[in-house]
Amino acid sequence: MNEPALHGMAQTKKDRSAPVLRPGNTNCGGCGMSNLLQMLSRAAEDSDIKIVIPACCAAITTGVFPESSISVPTILTTFAAGASVATGVASVAQLNNEETRVICLAGDGGTYDIGMGTLSAAAERNEDILYICYDNEIYGNTGGQRSSATPTGASTTTTLGGKSEVKKDIMGIMAAHHIPYAASISLAHADDTLRKLRFALNVKGFRFLHVLAPCPTGWKSEPAVSIELVRLAVRSGLFPIFEVFDGDHYTINIEPDFSSEALLMYLSLQRRFRKSGVTEEAIRPNIERYWHQLRAMSGRIMPAIRNIKAD
Amino acid sequence: MSVELISANHAAALGATLAGRANRTARGFCSGVYPITPTTECMEYLCGQEIEKGKVVRVDSEHSAMGVCIGASSAGARSFTATSSNGLAYMLENCVAAASYRLPIVMAVSNRTLGPPWNIWADHGDSLLLRDLGWLQFYCADNQEVFDTVLCAFKLAEDPRVLMPAISCMDGFILSHTMAQVEIPGQKLVDRFLPTTKVPHRLNKSAHTLGQLEIPQQAVAHRTQHHQAMLAAVQVYAEIQDSFEEIFGRRVADPVVAYHADDADTLIVSMGTIGTTAERVVDQLREQGQRVGSIRVRMFRPMPENDLRKYFAGTKRIAVLDRNISLGYGGVLWGEIRGFSDPDAIVQGYMVGVAGGDVRREHIINLLTDLQQCKTESAPKIVEVA
Repeated sequence: MNEPALHGMAQTKKDRSAPVLRPGNTNCGGCGMSNLLQMLSRAAEDSDIKIVIPACCAAITTGVFPESSISVPTILTTFAAGASVATGVASVAQLNNEETRVICLAGDGGTYDIGMGTLSAAAERNEDILYICYDNEIYGNTGGQRSSATPTGASTTTTLGGKSEVKKDIMGIMAAHHIPYAASISLAHADDTLRKLRFALNVKGFRFLHVLAPCPTGWKSEPAVSIELVRLAVRSGLFPIFEVFDGDHYTINIEPDFSSEALLMYLSLQRRFRKSGVTEEAIRPNIERYWHQLRAMSGRIMPAIRNIKAD
Repeated sequence: MSVELISANHAAALGATLAGRANRTARGFCSGVYPITPTTECMEYLCGQEIEKGKVVRVDSEHSAMGVCIGASSAGARSFTATSSNGLAYMLENCVAAASYRLPIVMAVSNRTLGPPWNIWADHGDSLLLRDLGWLQFYCADNQEVFDTVLCAFKLAEDPRVLMPAISCMDGFILSHTMAQVEIPGQKLVDRFLPTTKVPHRLNKSAHTLGQLEIPQQAVAHRTQHHQAMLAAVQVYAEIQDSFEEIFGRRVADPVVAYHADDADTLIVSMGTIGTTAERVVDQLREQGQRVGSIRVRMFRPMPENDLRKYFAGTKRIAVLDRNISLGYGGVLWGEIRGFSDPDAIVQGYMVGVAGGDVRREHIINLLTDLQQCKTESAPKIVEVA
């Protein structure tokens, strides 16, 4: 594994003068969405951005009126209306020849489940929106219920013995819309993440980013190991990092080692997998099936060589 | 000014088009639309218009249609949509949001019965779902009124003292699909009537967040502001009527349209097209020497209470005709206005034309005969008009 150093996501000269996510916000320690917004602060260093947030943890992140933890103009919408409200904001920016980037920041519930129709429609219309799904694999805001993003074997408050179904393939769904750009993002691979965020900010049309966002509260994991968990999910092949251009050109960005060590470590560091006792043998076929398809789509039968220029 | 023979659906869309174009020097016009019987022709017409600095987004659902309107309006554009019945029910969650954000979105509603079982005919139950949300509501009785009301709704909704969404309702098919002459002003006159849209809290440069968490005290403060602005809309509407008359040379209808009401001992109160039928009944009965009058409640939110109290004063018998039914209670209009009459008056509720029944003069005359025989008020009556 050749992973770039995290080189500290604290406020530096390279970031926006006001961080997108302000200090003093109420996010849980180790929240993946916090990390994502830190990285967005750097990627969108000098872009004019507006954010649309449907009901999800990020809506709570903004805090209580009239103070806000988000330092850019933001509108909080109803659960299923993220992509439609973003359509309105982006359309008016376009009508007025503004360079505003409209970002829709939604959780997995608002993306995979209740907002799916709205998201699909906005993607089909190729609206000029950057849609970022921070996927914590549960309804975190309501206390951790099953969503269609919850992985096999994970206990939630509505699947006490662990979920038996397979996680929905959101990247496949978005790629099938033939949008200009779709990519999955690893918070443990900062250079790749920054490159994708910057690229996605500047592409015209509908862009989709899928971020695995650890939720120590829901995953029953230590806040300090959140980034490590993402690294293990990527190493084990559980969370493939790739990008899709125009729905047909696939590029695998990070090659996993598919090791049992990474997978077992990933499962054992989270208490949500304990009750079901889900084993490597149960998960491995899903990983293999997905990667088989991914390799076919990317036109590679050999493992991809990492080719990301260091930032 | 030209006169065109168009349906009320097209009249509403034409009003929105002219209003949209009038905002070309500001943030433009953006609308999300989705088809549903009997409003489809309204959104189709809008999709066919060339609107400078305007965009009509053909979305995936009514929920998204209102979503686009919210996004557009929160970005400072003028915004409009049209729907009916279950479309409005599906949109409802975003209607709550649009009102709470205090966004001046205008919507045309062709009233239609909520289903299933499916029924495409007129009933006010759909738009009445929005009764308590903080939307201004108008019920129209002819095509000209639909056109005028859409223009006035933009001006009223965007007034800084009001600043909230508005709906203009028309009875499905009875108006929405009926062709009638409509006076259409030229763009220059509409530009004069409608100043450009200003949404003071729009997403601009400052880093504020719309729709955040509120503690109860803040929520109450916001609701109070909203309520007071709604009440103030009655006076603002009167000013708009004057401005409308000055620019277009004719007067837009009052919040309460009274017909031979001043000396009447019996009043027929209704909303929408039933009101025009009631006026014909008044003509007929006046010829026979009966002192009957008609009151058509055109502005339903805010409720023009003072006007109604004025007309009800001294009236002994009032028949309230509701084209809706609040199950377990009675007609919505009846429930709202029965307190405005003299204490000794008989205010009898009749639910007539519910779910699209065709209300004709003989039906209203029968109701009045029933009313004259009433010794005391009784429970609201459901009247079949087959």
